Amino acid sequence: MTGLFGRGGMRTWVRGVWREWRSAELRVLATALVVAVAAVAAVGFFTDRVDRGMAQQATLLLGGDMAVVGNDPIPEEWLAEAERQGLQTARTAALPSVLFTPDDDSRLSALRAVDRDWPLLGEALVRSTADRDPEPYTRGPEPGTAWLEGALLQALELEVGDTVEVGELELEIAGEIVREPDRGSYLLDIAPRLMLAFDDLEISGLIAPGSRVRYELFVTGPATQLERYRDWIEERLEPGQRLRGLDDASPELQVAIERAERFLGLASLMAVLLAGAAIAVAAHHFAQRRADPAAVMRALGASGRRILRLYFGHVLLIALVASSVGLIIGFGAQFVLSALLGEWLAGDLPPPGARPVAAGFGVGLITAIGFALPALLRIGRVPPLRVLRRDLGLPPASVWLSGLLALLTFGALLYWQAADPQLAAWVLLGTAGALLVLGALGLLMVLALRPLRDHGGMALRFGLANLSRRGGLSAVQLVAFSIGILALLLLAIVRVDLLSAWDASIPEDAPNQFFVNIQPGQEEAFADRIEASGLERPQMDPMIRGRLIAINDQPVQPDDFDDDQTRRLVDREFNLSYAEEPPAHNRVIEGHWFHHGPTGEAADDVWSVEAGLMERFGLETGDSLTFRVGGQPVRGVIANVREVDWDSFRVNFFVIGPPALLGDQPRTYITALHVPEGMGAEQNRWLREFPAVSAIDVSAIIEQVRDVMDQATRAVEYVFLFTLLAGLTVLLAAVQATRDVRRRETALLRALGARRHHIRRALLAEFGSLGFLAGLLAAIIATAVGALLAWQVFEFDYRINPMTFVFGIVGGTLGIALAGWLGTRSVLRQAPLGVLRGPE
Amino acid sequence: MDASSSSVLEARDLQQRIAGPSGVLDILRGISLSVQAGETVAILGASGSGKSTLLGLLAGLDAPSAGEVRLLGQTISELDEDGRAALRAGRVGFVFQSFQLLPALTAFENVLLPLELNPEHEGRSQVEISAWARDALKRVGLSEREAHYPHQLSGGEQQRVAIARAIVDRPAVLFADEPTGNLDGQTGGRIIDLLFSLARDPDHEDRRTALILVTHDADLAQQCDRILHIQDGMLA
Repeated sequence: MTGLFGRGGMRTWVRGVWREWRSAELRVLATALVVAVAAVAAVGFFTDRVDRGMAQQATLLLGGDMAVVGNDPIPEEWLAEAERQGLQTARTAALPSVLFTPDDDSRLSALRAVDRDWPLLGEALVRSTADRDPEPYTRGPEPGTAWLEGALLQALELEVGDTVEVGELELEIAGEIVREPDRGSYLLDIAPRLMLAFDDLEISGLIAPGSRVRYELFVTGPATQLERYRDWIEERLEPGQRLRGLDDASPELQVAIERAERFLGLASLMAVLLAGAAIAVAAHHFAQRRADPAAVMRALGASGRRILRLYFGHVLLIALVASSVGLIIGFGAQFVLSALLGEWLAGDLPPPGARPVAAGFGVGLITAIGFALPALLRIGRVPPLRVLRRDLGLPPASVWLSGLLALLTFGALLYWQAADPQLAAWVLLGTAGALLVLGALGLLMVLALRPLRDHGGMALRFGLANLSRRGGLSAVQLVAFSIGILALLLLAIVRVDLLSAWDASIPEDAPNQFFVNIQPGQEEAFADRIEASGLERPQMDPMIRGRLIAINDQPVQPDDFDDDQTRRLVDREFNLSYAEEPPAHNRVIEGHWFHHGPTGEAADDVWSVEAGLMERFGLETGDSLTFRVGGQPVRGVIANVREVDWDSFRVNFFVIGPPALLGDQPRTYITALHVPEGMGAEQNRWLREFPAVSAIDVSAIIEQVRDVMDQATRAVEYVFLFTLLAGLTVLLAAVQATRDVRRRETALLRALGARRHHIRRALLAEFGSLGFLAGLLAAIIATAVGALLAWQVFEFDYRINPMTFVFGIVGGTLGIALAGWLGTRSVLRQAPLGVLRGPE
Repeated sequence: MDASSSSVLEARDLQQRIAGPSGVLDILRGISLSVQAGETVAILGASGSGKSTLLGLLAGLDAPSAGEVRLLGQTISELDEDGRAALRAGRVGFVFQSFQLLPALTAFENVLLPLELNPEHEGRSQVEISAWARDALKRVGLSEREAHYPHQLSGGEQQRVAIARAIVDRPAVLFADEPTGNLDGQTGGRIIDLLFSLARDPDHEDRRTALILVTHDADLAQQCDRILHIQDGMLA
């Protein structure tokens, strides 16, 4: 140790650290840090891969990393430029077209022509004969052939091998499309798909001036080249052409990915939090054990700052080494995870990037410093008089300093991990509140348990006494255990609630068919027909097309807005509707429904607008919107704001007016319903009887979205495993930190005649009680934080789940009793001779 | 009467060796002794002479490398750790140099501990054994402090709690390791009087405690019936 005070240089210093390393408490600190960093790194590496994998899923639904969509053909020059940049491209063109059968039957189809390079990403699932399973294809149909969606085959009673006529072409049906990888971006196509080769479209005679063709260019490749190409394209876009990125892939998918990312973020935050708790426990123990040598050093003339520097340096070096080891373990662990997940994640996950390595070191060092510093500061302030009076301990930890530093550290880590200030702020708030409440409630509960000490015999008394002894280590343990359980409960609750929110958003009986273009006057007859087939009578919603021309009587143009999506909304026609009552699955969150005004008056010239649209256009209730409907302006004032669940797959409208405002406008009707499997033929009969009506099959889209959500759920579950592991290490770190004290006390009890069962019962009573309290506290806090998160971040209603308390208390009691028992049972082998060695 | 028949403690040719960095170290070398009920014995020796090691072996806190210890009629080496604990429970008391109170327990609860660990008292009510514990605290003058935790007591008070804990169950053998080492002269004197009163209590002729004191204080040793000098691991 003297060398450390002299000018011995790095080598002596490292030797000092090595000597420290051989002491158990620093190894505990290092182990806690290793596990903490391993957990964070594994989560980091893994979520990095999952994130990339999810981005790939998004590119799958978009059809590429980037797409250009427009009404003009994609110039050859654009393809050449992409090739020059080393990017891959595919072109498609889509237009509605009527197809005819040899029997002169006809049907409107959403025709899509794809080139040789389609699909750029993913595979099409195509059934080439009726009795075989669908097979994956990485190309479109061959020239001269077509693939048709099942609905089209059934409607026209066609089979694979038959022929259909499209324009001047006669095409052989080569397969039934079961899944089209980038179908997500065609959610609003109103007719079933007919797919043909790109070259065939050009000779079909279907493309004429005025044809409503949607040309698309899909691009994929390395990010830098993509960025460069995007810039290049942006300068050349014609009016009516637009660039689409992953953000536009599909609103439903976007919601899913955003939620999953938040969730993965949350899971890794909890690992970080537990890491902090483990470090704090270990550092506390480290400081306690350094009181004597530090007092000697101070007595010999070392300044408090010098002592702090010494131990801080040691901890820092240990943190660096531990972080490296943690990173290696974490890196290995994520490979195991990925292997486990292989069967669920479509295709191979991309390899992890280097970001988690830097992050691992960052987290390791920041966590070590932030959570260990308050304890280290105490060593520097040990009274030198301790060398003479052993009853003089370390100065009490500054609650404010420890709290503030831990809060700052955790807040910084939260912000970095969550990449979402709102989420970080709420979790930080929840955690800080939890710590305060945990501390206060914990003390109260421990006090409340005291009367039990007089009734339960030696084991219970000793167990409970260990709980209520000195505020220090027991309090740290209680808080640490509570946080461990809290994290698990919180994640379990949020997970379950999130999953149920997902499930609720796409229920089993979610509408899988949209019927559009139902003519006025036929809506009742069509509903009758569906009801006659044994299904519930569907609600028919009127649909009126109108273009937004003025806000507050000021004309609006697409160019008035910066945001692409807003521009598109202004550019295209809105689907308006009218209704007496608010739609059952919408919620009026501001203002009053049309006839529910403050004075009960009915107003004719008012709108009900969806909340997201209000935000997008910066609207407020009382603003006026004017739409051009059938050549005439229709003006109304925004009376109320609706919250719409877009995941519901029901018919939803951005803007709804009262019947008095829109009831006389030209309209069609739309309805959505769940057509059970096996009723396809019946559905075709409806369509034959109502030839104008078109059906949109959304079940394939639902299936795709559900798949992505399933994968996200799996990923989140596996990330939980790491959080669980991190929680266990906190328990073990805390247990290990008390091991020396337990050894001495066990030796004394043994000397006084205690047998193994006495010690065992005392340990179980102590840890069981601790687990009970920690579980109860955690359940209370988890419920509160879960409600807060649900309400503020995930935006769904939260119901208190009594199982939280059952799992918290039973799990806490049994789990911590078991973990504590496993961690401390070695003291049972403690020979009583240790008692003669005196207290440390 | 044969000497060994009334002896509560007997050691024969005790040896203790430990492996150190510079080879095997003989801590104790062939120690034999016998202690009768109610006898007071001082083991006197310099620091490092092996006093505390001998005390540990005699009390059955450790097993010797060679030789045999018979405590209260039982051969220590024939018992496992639990058997030795059961043998000590309620019948062997300790006063340690560093008090060794359990910090989580109050003074009263610390004193109650040996009573609760003694299987002979299993049928007794908590009220009854609690009364004994309070009585022991009263005898050391700490009735008012029974609800205090060790850290709330002075060094002398802590040692008195340790004495109360040692005497509460009237053990057959009481081992004391430098019992006055941390105390001022006056307090130390009171403690010694208390310990000796157990061995010489005329009210309990049938159950007098044998007192084995380990000390380097020659004056204290002089008060004992017998003094054993230990030097280099051997009785001089």
